[in-house]
Amino acid sequence: MIEKPYVARSTAIAARGLGDETMVMSATSSTLFTLDEVATVIWNAVDGATPLEEIVTKRVCAQYEITPEVALQDAELLVEQLAQHGLLLLSEKPIPQPSISPKVSP
Amino acid sequence: MSALVAEMVAKALKLNIPLNVHLDLTYRCNERCVHCYLDHNDHGEMTTGEIKDLLDQMADAGVFYLTISGGEIMMRRDFFEILEHARKRTFSIKLKTNGILIRKKEADRIKDLGVESVQISIYSHVPEVHDAITKLPGSLRQSIEAIRRLRAHGIHVIMANVLMVHNAADYSGVRALAAELDAQFIMDPTITPMMDGDRSILKLNVDEAALREVFRNEALVGNVEEFCAPPQGPDEEALDMMPCSAGHTACYVSPYGDVYPCVQFPLPSGNVRHMKFVDIWRDSPQLKEVRSITLRDMPSCSKCAHGATCTRCPGLAFLEGNMRGPSSQDCEKSYARTGILSENLKSRKASSQSFRSQLVQIQGLQPAVRDFAEVVTENSAPNA
Repeated sequence: MIEKPYVARSTAIAARGLGDETMVMSATSSTLFTLDEVATVIWNAVDGATPLEEIVTKRVCAQYEITPEVALQDAELLVEQLAQHGLLLLSEKPIPQPSISPKVSP
Repeated sequence: MSALVAEMVAKALKLNIPLNVHLDLTYRCNERCVHCYLDHNDHGEMTTGEIKDLLDQMADAGVFYLTISGGEIMMRRDFFEILEHARKRTFSIKLKTNGILIRKKEADRIKDLGVESVQISIYSHVPEVHDAITKLPGSLRQSIEAIRRLRAHGIHVIMANVLMVHNAADYSGVRALAAELDAQFIMDPTITPMMDGDRSILKLNVDEAALREVFRNEALVGNVEEFCAPPQGPDEEALDMMPCSAGHTACYVSPYGDVYPCVQFPLPSGNVRHMKFVDIWRDSPQLKEVRSITLRDMPSCSKCAHGATCTRCPGLAFLEGNMRGPSSQDCEKSYARTGILSENLKSRKASSQSFRSQLVQIQGLQPAVRDFAEVVTENSAPNA
């Protein structure tokens, strides 16, 4: 059972999709990160309302050959690392989103 | 550039994505800098709605790094509305401003909106020198106050020092001021022509001796021996290099919606009031032409010893009349750095001597010829 299943993107970030990857920069530290293809799927799916487990099952396991247990373990590690850098917010309850949610198209 | 950023740029280049856009919101300004390349009158700036729509288009096209500049950006009353929208679209934003209109309230909002950096031009640590360049009494004091306010909020401030004849002796003082204010110091020793092609302000450029001194200052360039090393000449790989990011992974949009390869490269390539930004980026014949040019296509530079190491600006070359030609200002910088003449300077020197020898024979025949001789000599001399 995940302690904080709700995940949202921080508003203090710059982010953009680049091919099948995503560039994310912390606005506070100007540190640049890149997310690979699978991490990008999770990044784009977090909305503060959908539990991480559901995102993993419906988005990751549906697209990639991986068991839900392994995928969830990896996803938890990813979101915790990104949260430590201030790029994601984690909560026990759904996280309200701003009126215009950060989009990272294309 | 970090390895990660270099990797991202390479990927953007491969995918034809405009990673970096410089957007000027206005050319209006509350200063009147002697070296400015802009016409400060408003000829029909984009509306708030047009700019917001453009920001949406740029985000969808993949723009990540957005420089918002002017003119003075805060001359627009809708500046924070635009900045807020840009941040909602998650650009990494750098602001360029003189800071004069940044009071506590503005500094608070810039902090809240999470911009990456704010760049403020400081021409001298001496008020009389700085204010004479901006033609605004008290401007140095006000810009420094803005820097202090921004730094107090932990905002990354870049202090940009443009070198010219008026302040050639002051860059060390500005650098010390930057250290005192805990701001990053950068220096640009090049005055560029006005965007309409007027080259009269080039007379403000510092001379070769001053450039040479700058290029041998370890605090500015790092390893002087390496920085000033004689050039090796371009190899086969270098001949296929792109000249710079202009038009390749970067472009410029004016307050009127005109798209250019770069702010220093005023080649009209389309207007976002008539076409979608992404269509201009992908299909503009002008941008395609810029992208097609490698060092191999430049008749003079491909044969020049400095070809692979020169800071050649294709925009300055364009403003000299040929985007495949040399940029004489960069030739002069290469010469000041290494003591070795570029192919361009060699041929100009030769033609200048040729003109002089002819003029000895006709000197005194008629005043009009003498006037012509002065123009040719002045324009042909290195570091004119």
